[in-house]
Amino acid sequence: MTEEYGFGNPEIIEEEVDILLIGGGMAACGAGFEIMQWIEEARKQGVDLKVKLVDKAAMDRSGAVAQGLSAINTYMGENDPSDYVRYVRQDLMGIVREDLVFDVGRHVDDSVHNFEKWGLPIWKQPGDEGKPLADGGKPVRSGRWQIMINGESYKWIVAEAAKKSLGLENIQERVFIIRLVTDKNDPTRIAGAAGFSVRDHKLYIYRFKCCLMAAGGAVNVFRPRSVGEGTGRAWYPVWNAGSTYAMAAEVGAELTLMENRFVPARFKDGYGPVGAWFLLFKAQAMNAAGEDYQTRNADLLQKNGYGKYVKGHAMGTCLRNHLMMHEMKEGRGPIFMDTPTAMKNLAANMTPREIKHLEAEAWEDFLDMTIGQCGVWAGENIEPDKEMSELMPTEPYLLGSHAGCAGIWCSGPDDVPGTPEHYHWGYNRMTTVKGLFSAGDGVGASGHKFSSGSFTEGRIAAKALVKFAMDNRDWKPEMERSVDDLVQEIYRPVRNFLEHKDYTTAIDINPHYITPKMFQFRLQKVMDEYVAGVSTMYQTNAAMLKVAEKKLDMLREDSLKMRAKDLHELLRAWENYHRLFAAFAHMKHIQFREETRYPGYYYRTDHLDLDDDNWRCFVNSTYNRDTGEWSLKKVDWKQLVKE
Amino acid sequence: MPTYVRTDKCDGCKGQDKTACMYICPHDLMKLDMDGSETGHAMKAWNQEPEQCWECYSCVKICPQQAIEVRHYADVVPLGASVQPLRGTDSIMWSIKFRNGTMKRFKFPIRTTPEGSADPYGNMPEPVMDEIENHSLLFTRQTHQYDMSQFIES
Ligand SMILES: Cc1cc2nc3c(=O)[nH]c(=O)nc-3n(C[C@H](O)[C@H](O)[C@H](O)COP(=O)(O)OP(=O)(O)OC[C@H]3O[C@@H](n4cnc5c(N)ncnc54)[C@H](O)[C@@H]3O)c2cc1C
Ligand code: SF4
Ligand code: SF4
Repeated sequence: MTEEYGFGNPEIIEEEVDILLIGGGMAACGAGFEIMQWIEEARKQGVDLKVKLVDKAAMDRSGAVAQGLSAINTYMGENDPSDYVRYVRQDLMGIVREDLVFDVGRHVDDSVHNFEKWGLPIWKQPGDEGKPLADGGKPVRSGRWQIMINGESYKWIVAEAAKKSLGLENIQERVFIIRLVTDKNDPTRIAGAAGFSVRDHKLYIYRFKCCLMAAGGAVNVFRPRSVGEGTGRAWYPVWNAGSTYAMAAEVGAELTLMENRFVPARFKDGYGPVGAWFLLFKAQAMNAAGEDYQTRNADLLQKNGYGKYVKGHAMGTCLRNHLMMHEMKEGRGPIFMDTPTAMKNLAANMTPREIKHLEAEAWEDFLDMTIGQCGVWAGENIEPDKEMSELMPTEPYLLGSHAGCAGIWCSGPDDVPGTPEHYHWGYNRMTTVKGLFSAGDGVGASGHKFSSGSFTEGRIAAKALVKFAMDNRDWKPEMERSVDDLVQEIYRPVRNFLEHKDYTTAIDINPHYITPKMFQFRLQKVMDEYVAGVSTMYQTNAAMLKVAEKKLDMLREDSLKMRAKDLHELLRAWENYHRLFAAFAHMKHIQFREETRYPGYYYRTDHLDLDDDNWRCFVNSTYNRDTGEWSLKKVDWKQLVKE
Repeated sequence: MPTYVRTDKCDGCKGQDKTACMYICPHDLMKLDMDGSETGHAMKAWNQEPEQCWECYSCVKICPQQAIEVRHYADVVPLGASVQPLRGTDSIMWSIKFRNGTMKRFKFPIRTTPEGSADPYGNMPEPVMDEIENHSLLFTRQTHQYDMSQFIES
């Protein structure tokens, strides 16, 4: 029979499980690790739960950690988790869900100890080499919260453990989930998901009691600085397409702080990390005249109320950008990182052997997580001990686990003192849609989880997922949409192609369809030019946003005309559909928040002040799939941890 | 920066139904040209969308023939450099060639245990169902100490 299946005529595979994990990154791996222990425990109590993990790629190298990482950015060690809450609150300009942040903080070290046990090499202080963190081994810190690792195989190792926990029979790779489906009888409840294989002509329909949405953040929503062959060089991994936010929003889940974004300042063109250079090697950034612009521009923080959350030298990531962008706008660029002086200072008290080691560490920082930066340096003959390198803020990305906090509004733990009722309405990390959970980049208002915290949040959610599935053991999911309807929808780009391809002689130029690639360019052009992308130096205002909204509305209409000439293009079509949705939410949130909360990430030029009186609150949104309308509201923020 | 596949080295993973590079690429870029109709080179792989390559090197590291290399983005980087890894089971070796011919070589450890040996649940406590709603514990019961007096309403 299988011979009959082909492009445009997929085999339909329907499967019912209790718990579906969408994504195979850090958060989903954490969920896989935690969940099987609780499922085993449930089995002992006579409840059999079936779980499945679905990843669009191969878990060994999927998600943001595909290349590896050179540091674990969240490790408490000698710190109290309440100090971690203070740091995250300050970095994200005063508005975070302190219950969620604290929850990650109290559990994160245990996850790191497991990584080390599985084989991840973690740098230790002299004298503690070979002594595991769990036994008191002292890590090499590159900052108060960061520890250095030899992390080329970080994801490989974590995936190995997660795959063993889950069992290969419970993992489905290379399936891209495109949409969630609510329950037939209860529109506020989730019952299924649909996706397709990018390898063979199979379309998957999953029915479940509950699911974890952990498919990362969104990249390439904005026009990237590299636009030719280099288009793939975004800082954030090009394969996380905003699926998490788009799919959750489409079933009515409330999003939070989607106005927030992350704009990392990185080495220009390669987007190599600067953290170790600043923190570990103590390098200075300067303007073209060799001036330390952070000191020179310190007064800027007095203006518009931006300095409200600066404490001593510690300031939010966006504010460091703010000072740099000011230099660039004033024409005092390029901005340089003075790597030679840093290397010289460090080398002053070192033996030649130690200097060699230092040089290797500097290169490893790139080779472990942004190999392309080495390509830029090698191609431009830049040796960091001899020549300075340019820094540049990247195009914006939407994410919830790095120095950003866009994402889904989730219920938190109920045992954190002072937690208000509107922070806790059900199972830990459940969204406002019954049975739909999130973790990692997906959970909003709680940034700075990073790799270890995202894994940990996946574990936290996993425990709650098991509880949910047990509490609903007799409930049968029934999807509000028919399988046929879903198949028709998923394959619409294919039909568009097959029906119209012979109308013109040139396959890409056809009045009846738009290629996913051109669709993406159109989205990026609108976002870049009107929604505070790089071409306006991250500035926008109400009038620009109004134009953006009109153009995005038309783009949404045209999303029905995307074409797919093969499975690979079908993947691109749906990725870009997700991107559009995430972009729309971002635009609506920026429109609603009439202040500049994150200077250096973006500016509302018509509301340049940081306005705590009116805006020290969350902005939450919901999408109504029947009317296609977004509604936005302010939600109270509450301080839980003392100043 | 986009990968390219060397015709003299790629053996199409010996005709297995799943080539290593196709299996691993997180962005679905590497593809096997079964009959040569797409590249003129039958049973060899190629990068079908080079401008979407994140230069993550996942395919480069996994290719059993070392057939995949990287030519850094032509619209960004001057020609002539290369960055090439050789990944073993416990370490990785990098050769970096500069445009001006300077060579640098580095070797870093990648894991401390044999590949495939991660044991997620070895010597782990078994969870207790009564604790499933206790947010201060995960199944490993290794919660970091915290000072409750740091909360405003403690
Ligand atoms: C360049 C960079 C450098 C970083 N450096 C550090 C560092 O030094 N230290 C640190 O601790 N952290 C670092 N981080 C942060 C860390 O990588 C993230 O916090 C973490 O990976 C987030 O986990 P996640 O599971 O939410 O997303 P990811 O790990 O990105 O996983 C997303 C998963 O979803 C899958 N997916 C996406 N869409 C779909 C779909 N529609 N259907 C099915 N599956 C889908 C993907 O294949 C992937 O498996 C860095 C991140 C980046 C981008
Ligand atoms: S992994 Fe290497 S040998 Fe195998 S198909 Fe890909 S390029 Fe060819
Ligand atoms: S370098 Fe990464 S993104 Fe590029 S083809 Fe290889 S695996 Fe894919």
